[in-house]
Amino acid sequence: MNPTLIITKRELSSYFSTPVAYVFILIFLVLSGVFTFYLGNFFEREQADLTPFFNFHPWLYLFLVPAVSMRLWSEERKSGTIELLLTLPVTRFQAVMGKFLAAWLFTGIALFLTFPIWLTVNYLGQPDNGVILSSYLGSWLMAGGFLAIGSCMSALTRSQVIAFILCGVVCLVFTLAGFPLVLNAFRGWMPQLVIDTLASLSFMTHFSSVSRGVISLQDLVYFISMAGFWLAATIIVLDMKQAK
Amino acid sequence: MIEISHLVKRFDQLVAVNDLSFRVVPGEILGFLGPNGAGKSTTMKMITGFLSPTEGSVTVNGCDITTDTLAAQQQIGYLPEGAPCYDEMTVRQFLGFIAEIRGYGGDEKQRRIQRVVDTMSLQPVLDQRIETLSKGFTRRVGLAQAIIHDPAVLILDEPTDGLDPNQKHQVREMIRGLSKDKIVIISTHILEEVTAVCTRAVIIAQGKIVADCRPEELEEKSRFHGAVTVTLEESVRASDYVGAFAGIPHVRLVEVNEDANQLTLFPAAGHAALLLAVTEVIRDRQIGVLAIQQEKGRLDEVFRTVTGEVA
Repeated sequence: MNPTLIITKRELSSYFSTPVAYVFILIFLVLSGVFTFYLGNFFEREQADLTPFFNFHPWLYLFLVPAVSMRLWSEERKSGTIELLLTLPVTRFQAVMGKFLAAWLFTGIALFLTFPIWLTVNYLGQPDNGVILSSYLGSWLMAGGFLAIGSCMSALTRSQVIAFILCGVVCLVFTLAGFPLVLNAFRGWMPQLVIDTLASLSFMTHFSSVSRGVISLQDLVYFISMAGFWLAATIIVLDMKQAK
Repeated sequence: MIEISHLVKRFDQLVAVNDLSFRVVPGEILGFLGPNGAGKSTTMKMITGFLSPTEGSVTVNGCDITTDTLAAQQQIGYLPEGAPCYDEMTVRQFLGFIAEIRGYGGDEKQRRIQRVVDTMSLQPVLDQRIETLSKGFTRRVGLAQAIIHDPAVLILDEPTDGLDPNQKHQVREMIRGLSKDKIVIISTHILEEVTAVCTRAVIIAQGKIVADCRPEELEEKSRFHGAVTVTLEESVRASDYVGAFAGIPHVRLVEVNEDANQLTLFPAAGHAALLLAVTEVIRDRQIGVLAIQQEKGRLDEVFRTVTGEVA
C-alpha cells in the first residue's frame, strides 16, 4: 500500500480510538442543527432548500477545524513520535498528505452525518438535490482549505493551544478577507490591485456561490490551490525545523 | 558501513556537534558515550536523517542521508530517545503500522510482527494500548519497531534507560544476539553497558571525540588498571599496613581509604601482576583480610578524566 494511505489509515483510526472524534462529531451536529433551525430560521423561511444550513458552515469551521488540525503535528512534536515518523522511509510530502487526508476524511464523515437534515428537507418539500449535493461538496472543499491552514500552523509549534489559536486567526482573516472590516484596513495605503486580490482570496466570496449550489471552475481552483499552498507551506516548515 | 565525516551541528550560537568524524563497519557494536548534552542524541538524529547537519556528511552503506534519505532510512532501525510510540494504539496496531510503512503486507507482515513480539517478549501486552504499558514494555515496543525490518544498521538512543536489571539484561542479550554483519550504535551513559555489549567505545564531550578504542583499552587507561585493592577486617587498621605493602617490588603507590578500611596498591608502569606478591605478604604477616580484588580499571574514573579534559 502507498505510504500516504498507510499514514492516513493510522491517523484516522487514532481519531476514533480517542474521545476526540466523538466529541467533535457530536458538537458539530448539534451546532449545525442549532444554527440552521434557530439562527437560520429554517422553518419560518418556508423554502425547501438548505441555504440556512450551509451559510453557517464557514463560522462553524472557524472554531471546529482548528480543533481537528491542532494536533496534526504539534502532538507528534510534543510526544516525540515525529522523530519516529520522519525517520521511517517516508517523504515529507507523503507524511503531510497522509495526515491531511485523514483530517479531511474525518470532517467528511462529520459532514456526511448531517444527512438527517437533508432527509428532513426532502420530507417537507421538493428541494433541488443537485444544489444540495454541490453545496455539500463545496463545504467539504472549504473544510479542506481550513484544514491545510491548520496543518501548517500545527507544524509551527509543539503547543496545541498555540496551534489552535493561530489556525483560528488565520482562518478568520481568510474568511473575512472580502469584508469591509479587513479591506478597509488596507484601503488607502495599498494599491487597488492588492485589495482586489485580497477580496478574491476570501473564503466567504467563494463559498457564497458554492452554498447556492453553483460550483464554478474558479471556486474549485481557489479551494484546491488554497489547500495546496498551505500543505506546501507545511512541508517547508517541517524542512526548516529539520535544518534549524 | 557508516561513514561520518566532519559532521557539525550548530543551534544558533550553540555548537552541539563539532567536526565529528568516524566510520563504523559491519560487525561492530559501537557504544556512544558522553556526558548529558555532549551531542550524542544530536549526532544520532543526524545519522537517521531527522536533523540535517550544518556541515559535513553521513553516508549509510553508500547512501548519503541528506540527498538519498529514503534509501538510507530503509537500512536503518532507530529507537529515538525515550522510545516515543503512538500511545493510543495497541502494540499490535503499532507494530502493524510500522511493518506496513516498511513495505510488508499479508503473511509476511504477520510473520515479521510475530518474530519481534517473540524476541522482545511482548505477547502478554499485544492487545493493550501503549499508553497503559510500563516503561519497560514501552521501551521494548520501541526496540521491536526498530528491528522489524531486520535492518543492516541499528541506532539505539539509550535503549536500557529506565529498565530494571532483568530488562537491561534482556535488551543486552538481544543486541548481542544480532547477527555479526550488522552495525549497531548505542548511546548510553551507563558505563557497564559498554563493557557488557560493545566492541568499541567512542566517548564524546562538547561535540568532539575524546576517546575511540575497545572497551578493554578504556579500562587500561584507568589509573586503577592492574591495581590490587585489599579490604581489611574491622579489627585492624588499614593505615598500619601501608609500609608492609609498599615494600612489595613494583608497587608504585599505596592509597588508603579509611572509611572502607581498604588499601589500594598501584603497580609501577609495565608491571601488572601484583596479586601473587600481595597474597604472600598477607599470608606471611597473618593480616586479617576480608577481600582481595584485582582491579580491571574503573570506567567512571576514565570517563571523568577524558570528558573533563576538554572543559
